Amino acid sequence: MQVPLQHIAHVRSGDKGDTSNIAVFAHHPALYPLLCAQLSAERVKTHYQGAIRGAVTRYEVPAIDALNFVAQGALGGGVSRSLALDQYGKALSAALLGLCLDVPETHRVYLLGYPYDRST
Amino acid sequence: MRWQTRQKGPKLRIGAGSAWWGDRIEPAQWNAERGKLDFLCFETMAEATVSAAQVRARRDPGFPGYDSYLDDRLRAVLPGCIAHGTRIVSNQGWINPDGAAEHCVKLLQELGCRGVKVASVNGSLITDRVLEWSDRLLENGRSTSTLADRIVSAEAYLGAEPIVEALQAGAHIVFTGRVADPSIFLAPMMASFGWTSSDWSVLGAGSGIGHLLECGAQVTGGYFSDPGFKDVDKPWHLAFPIAEVDEDGSAVITKLADTGGCVDFRTIKEQMLYEVHDPANYITPDVVVDFTSVRLEQPGLNRIAVSHIGGKPRTDTLKVSIGCTEGYIGEDMFFYAGEGALRRAKLAQKVLEERLKLVDLKAEDLRIDFLGLNAIHGLATPATAPEPYEIAVRVAARASTREEALKVGREIDGMAVSGIAHTGKRVPHQDRVREVIGVWSTLVPREKVQASLRYFES
Repeated sequence: MQVPLQHIAHVRSGDKGDTSNIAVFAHHPALYPLLCAQLSAERVKTHYQGAIRGAVTRYEVPAIDALNFVAQGALGGGVSRSLALDQYGKALSAALLGLCLDVPETHRVYLLGYPYDRST
Repeated sequence: MRWQTRQKGPKLRIGAGSAWWGDRIEPAQWNAERGKLDFLCFETMAEATVSAAQVRARRDPGFPGYDSYLDDRLRAVLPGCIAHGTRIVSNQGWINPDGAAEHCVKLLQELGCRGVKVASVNGSLITDRVLEWSDRLLENGRSTSTLADRIVSAEAYLGAEPIVEALQAGAHIVFTGRVADPSIFLAPMMASFGWTSSDWSVLGAGSGIGHLLECGAQVTGGYFSDPGFKDVDKPWHLAFPIAEVDEDGSAVITKLADTGGCVDFRTIKEQMLYEVHDPANYITPDVVVDFTSVRLEQPGLNRIAVSHIGGKPRTDTLKVSIGCTEGYIGEDMFFYAGEGALRRAKLAQKVLEERLKLVDLKAEDLRIDFLGLNAIHGLATPATAPEPYEIAVRVAARASTREEALKVGREIDGMAVSGIAHTGKRVPHQDRVREVIGVWSTLVPREKVQASLRYFES
């Protein structure tokens, strides 16, 4: 089933110059392999369409069930000179929350806030 | 009042007092009064803070050059710090650490607290030497000399060592200019535990804890609440974090009881990677931190134990931020609502684009957003995003002169009577143009930068 990321992971973005890092953390360790398998750097860059102008690099941190995406050219030329209203890109990570991943039925129990019949 | 001597406990208790210049002040006061802290640490600088202070100092001879909230913050925390013997490390010195120290001495004297030693750390400002000592810009690989005629300020990020020296010399309070954020928190650990500058393992662990504290409430439930997914108790009443640090650099991150917010696995994880690029190689002036080996445990409610953050030898260079004048940004907005709001906003955009051509706006960059639809996520906005009921049309342009940047507001003024139907406008205001200080980065050999200390006494 296709499930929006907000049920699978939580996210936070941070800034350094014109580079944004978007960190993604599985809500449950059982969901982390799904992130690793499906949420590639290319997929993230594509999802942001033209908003990320440079390269996206992915770092894996299994100790905290995390992927860290470092996106260059994501902050309008840099926080200090950007014409963006959200100069720091602190709202940028939220764009990922609607990205859908394929989750096997067996993992439904680990999802956060996803329709789940607890009687079964 | 007399500065109380604090009994050393089994753990070193370090609290955060601020995460940026505009941060709230009451949580710092709570930490000072109720945190039973050995140290209260303040981080108040963003990348462009020093450059902005330099510009302001040139125009306003009365600007003292340190954190403009220094007085408010110190008045809020000094009584608690004096009563509990809580020492302070702060980067509120900005371009005038001596001035910050002198002002602090004055406040201590007003409180009748004599004999308190206040130190200032200078040496981070290298504006006059940066071109000589540096080579390439990290952003684009070009020579730093390409910035030569535009430099407002250059500051090296100092590490913990000069702060440690001041603390070991008996300073109760230390003010610095630019230092790396985690170093503000690492210094008390080094001074208290006797860690040396080559104990990479503990320096890495301690810097990792410092990184968790440096953004204040971002680890105690701030920048976190998301209703239905990440619910936070009383998000209007957040505390700043406290770390209970062990001699091996592991720590429990917690917060005061009777405050809102939360410290849990999720807040710790999110803050651990905040503004981090390669989590195995987080470079600070003191050590290269490796977060990938971290272990987290939850010994109690709002208590997370953080251990096994690693450290590797520091690099031979220090990072330098260079602030440059880069022209002006002109910005304003106007509004549509109701049936057809988007249709009218799109026509307004066309009108403005044509008008800005007619007045020959020489912009280096121009952006017209529909706030409510695509102003925040820009090109990442999904094509399926629903049409909003209300839209602000927001125009921003960057130009090399103030006169050019002013054209944005003047053209938006024109939309009042020469625009299209149902245009909502606010009263023209004075702050529609702001000066841009662009920040660049480079590296300089570590040994070139010499910190110096001064001591003051109340």
